[in-house]
Amino acid sequence: MRAAAAPLAAALFAAPLAVLLAAAPARAQEQEKLPHPGWSFDGPFGTFDRAAAQRGFQVYLEVCANCHSLKEAYYRNLDGIGLSEAQIKAIAASVSVPTIGDDGQPAERPALPSDHFRSPYPNEKAARAALNGALPPDLSVIVKAREGGPDYVYGVLTGYADPPAGMKMGDGMNYNKAFPGHQIAMPQPLHDDQVTYADGTKATIDQEAHDVVTFLTYIANPEMETRKRTGVKIMIFLALLTGVTYAVKRKVWSDVH
Amino acid sequence: MAGLHKSEFKNPVVNWIDTRMPVFTMMNKEYAVFPTPKNFNYFWNFGALATVTLMVMIATGIFLAMNYTPDSTMAFDSVERIMRDVNYGWLLRYAHANGASMFFIVVYIHIFRGLYYGSYKTPRELLWMIGVVILLLMMATAFMGYVLPWGQMSFWGATVITNLFSAFPLVGNAIVTWLWGGFAVGDPTLHRFFSLHYLLPFVLVGVVFFHVIALHITGSNNPLGIDVKSPQDTLPFHPYYTIKDSVGLCVFFMVWALFVFFAPNFFGDPDNYIPANPLQTPSEIVPEWYFLPYYAILRSVPNKLGGVCMMFGSILVLFVLPWLDTSPVRSAKFRPIYRGLFWVHVLACIALGFVGAHRPEGLWVVLGRVATTYYFLHFLVLLPIIGKLERPLPLPESISRPVVPRGGGPLPGGATAKPMEKP
Repeated sequence: MRAAAAPLAAALFAAPLAVLLAAAPARAQEQEKLPHPGWSFDGPFGTFDRAAAQRGFQVYLEVCANCHSLKEAYYRNLDGIGLSEAQIKAIAASVSVPTIGDDGQPAERPALPSDHFRSPYPNEKAARAALNGALPPDLSVIVKAREGGPDYVYGVLTGYADPPAGMKMGDGMNYNKAFPGHQIAMPQPLHDDQVTYADGTKATIDQEAHDVVTFLTYIANPEMETRKRTGVKIMIFLALLTGVTYAVKRKVWSDVH
Repeated sequence: MAGLHKSEFKNPVVNWIDTRMPVFTMMNKEYAVFPTPKNFNYFWNFGALATVTLMVMIATGIFLAMNYTPDSTMAFDSVERIMRDVNYGWLLRYAHANGASMFFIVVYIHIFRGLYYGSYKTPRELLWMIGVVILLLMMATAFMGYVLPWGQMSFWGATVITNLFSAFPLVGNAIVTWLWGGFAVGDPTLHRFFSLHYLLPFVLVGVVFFHVIALHITGSNNPLGIDVKSPQDTLPFHPYYTIKDSVGLCVFFMVWALFVFFAPNFFGDPDNYIPANPLQTPSEIVPEWYFLPYYAILRSVPNKLGGVCMMFGSILVLFVLPWLDTSPVRSAKFRPIYRGLFWVHVLACIALGFVGAHRPEGLWVVLGRVATTYYFLHFLVLLPIIGKLERPLPLPESISRPVVPRGGGPLPGGATAKPMEKP
């Protein structure tokens, strides 16, 4: 019985996983190999590097936010990258958001920590009209919305280069190594010393990309640290419970022959 | 008097209720003293695992529905709100989303266990057929649930799958318009899918109840596939199988938790984190992994209607399986030829899963067609024939004497019949 059951178990457990593993490279084939710079949030115990995420927030604010919205996130979410309540209030207050005034007319007011991040364009049409017909995607879950996740976003941000000889580029398009099809509407957003970091970190393209990807990964997964911490506790609990249950099972079955 | 039940429970409150409505007696009979073959291996855990998964899915689903908005302009944002603002919303959603994959893993193992040990054979044909109904309901529920986050894969998956019905001549397009509630997948589609996604799990509970009733009439099959001959062959369900199922359940929860807490988007498609856009088709529309084999069958047939019929046929054939398999021997343990074919069939199903994940080009088309052909050949031709040709190995006398004595030697100690002491 055991002998028959073992391969059945192995095959049936392996099948769905094998199918998935087969599916992944099938889709990744078209892209070049993505860089993997190594992330503070990798692995079951990974956390967000607060300093990197704060620098990344600065990059987002000074560079990305000119075109890209972050509409699912709130200013209050910035507490997760280590900003204080007072800092968050000040950051929010420096932005004005649309509201309806007491006279019933559209007006603006300073944002509160409970407000969503203000989008640079009021709607999709306004964005397309301003940007040669292109729509910059919302960045709230961008890290989860692309094959390759953080590595992909990092790859795009650092993947700008001259097109290979003979490649015909579309009007206003830019060559990018990581972007599918290699033609991206977004001009190269990051350059060396694009931002000046307050903590004295040298603002190379790689550093800026690394920081902003850390920030965006946090924004896409604000629950990640709690999730992994809870997960470790639950796995330990379940491992103990499995042991105890198995011991009880052995005891109960000890009189069966 | 219609007859009060003569309850044997000592507790006066329990006794009072049981006298008037003998649910305690029923539970005791069906789940405590219920005689169960004593030789189950751990594959007999998976029915219990599926039941528990269904309950967890309903529990998490009810709380998700409290915070979800089934409107095409708000659905995507409401899911993000669940992830960010609802207390432990991320846990509810990730447990539910990964739970769908866990449910299919468990049910597929449960089904293949039935195929290996001949659990579909007389007298369990109806039990098996109810199980196929459960599979179909699960598939419909999972499909509609995947539409609810209203991402790109939700929208385009819904478009592709509902469009399958347009393959039927004359009425096809009318059916599709009727399913959509309009001329494209849109707001009415999302609303009705949400309504049905909430309804069907409770229908599932009802059908599972029938599955269990049928099971408790016929009794469980067992790894030897032979009938229970005497009380010596059985154990009371409690505590023997409640504790054995608990062991499996703990291990199963560990696997589930591993995905929920450490790789919550492993089974998901990144495209579903892009809000649905009817004007932009994703580069590839891939169904969830548990539908890939059917998707492969669909695409292996060059004709659309043919493909749709074969795809539905791949499940419908299971309804008549009890009559296609002509062998009276249940367990593959005693069927040398069937045992080989079973593994070929498992391989064909896995191959179909791989084929479904790849573009239908080159070798994948060939592999898809070969595997599809084998899938149907296995059920429609090989099972009826080998049941007649195969010489099964000698069956053991009983579950308590699982070893067929060879040359009259003494039986191994473990196989000697020993009267059960514990009731």
